Amino acid sequence: MFEKILYVVAVSALILSFYKDKEKTKKGLAKAWKSFINILPAFAGVLALTGLALTVISPEIISRYIGSSTGFLGMLITAVIGAITLIPGFIAFPLAASLLERGAGISQIAVFISTLMMVGIVTAPLEIEYFGKKETLIRNALSFLFSFIAAAVIGVVAA
Amino acid sequence: MKKIKPFLLLIMVAVIDLLVFLKSPDLGVKVLKSTGMNFAQMLGVIPPIFLLIGLMDVWVPREKVIKYMGEGSGVTGVLLGILLGAAAAGPLYAAFPVAAIMIKKGAKFTNILIFLGAWSTMKIPMFLFEMASLGYAFAITRLILSFTGILFMSWLINRLMSKDEIQAIYTKHGGSA
Repeated sequence: MFEKILYVVAVSALILSFYKDKEKTKKGLAKAWKSFINILPAFAGVLALTGLALTVISPEIISRYIGSSTGFLGMLITAVIGAITLIPGFIAFPLAASLLERGAGISQIAVFISTLMMVGIVTAPLEIEYFGKKETLIRNALSFLFSFIAAAVIGVVAA
Repeated sequence: MKKIKPFLLLIMVAVIDLLVFLKSPDLGVKVLKSTGMNFAQMLGVIPPIFLLIGLMDVWVPREKVIKYMGEGSGVTGVLLGILLGAAAAGPLYAAFPVAAIMIKKGAKFTNILIFLGAWSTMKIPMFLFEMASLGYAFAITRLILSFTGILFMSWLINRLMSKDEIQAIYTKHGGSA
């Protein structure tokens, strides 16, 4: 749905741009293509890595670990799984909801959702390509820590 | 060697995939399927994003970006960073090239980090879905925490990095800090 909106916006912008200035539009398209080609090898590598990681750490395996061990250790395991994997939200949220129903702790689920979205270990090579090693390391480490704080608060408020 | 380096990760993963396939063909096919799905997902989101980036590159004047998101843009820059990130669609890796063009056009580094943070965890479509799946209390509490956390972390990352390191990122994307 939102992807469709994105396409509509992009294509409308392209038509408008073409109508206003043909040469400028061509220049823009050439630039877009060049930056895409430049980053494509890193992109392809990360996508292949994600494909591998997602199979080894499948949703079934995740459900086995989340909620099986409670307390801080359980949170740590879930956080690490969330940090490594890259699962789209439309799979992750229903998975999280079904795990909650089956008795997983709310803090475990919260830490999983947060690290899943904010920490990207398999996408780190791509982030390094764009923003360097230091930004990648600090952003991911801080986001990992933040996920625990968020989970602790959610555990109290939403329990 | 310089030509191979960008492909190093891809080659490494392909070798591991091959080993997995030789050891267990079943698992190998699964890996292949999920890799194919990932590429399909990328091909779904990435073309319109790069298209918009190219158009932004030629149409959005640098002075405007500096005024609204650069040094001294204040609260406006912060709010724009949040809104642009939250209105997005697609996984976090799709945000990187967008952030690169914002860097080139002169947006402030903290605002870039805020944009990335908002894209990662405050996207409106995802928030609506999170509310539906995990309930109001869960989703709203997480949103408020993410908002504060992102502001604080962006400030902290900016502080922890030296001027030279930030300048290096800007130079790489054709901008100047």
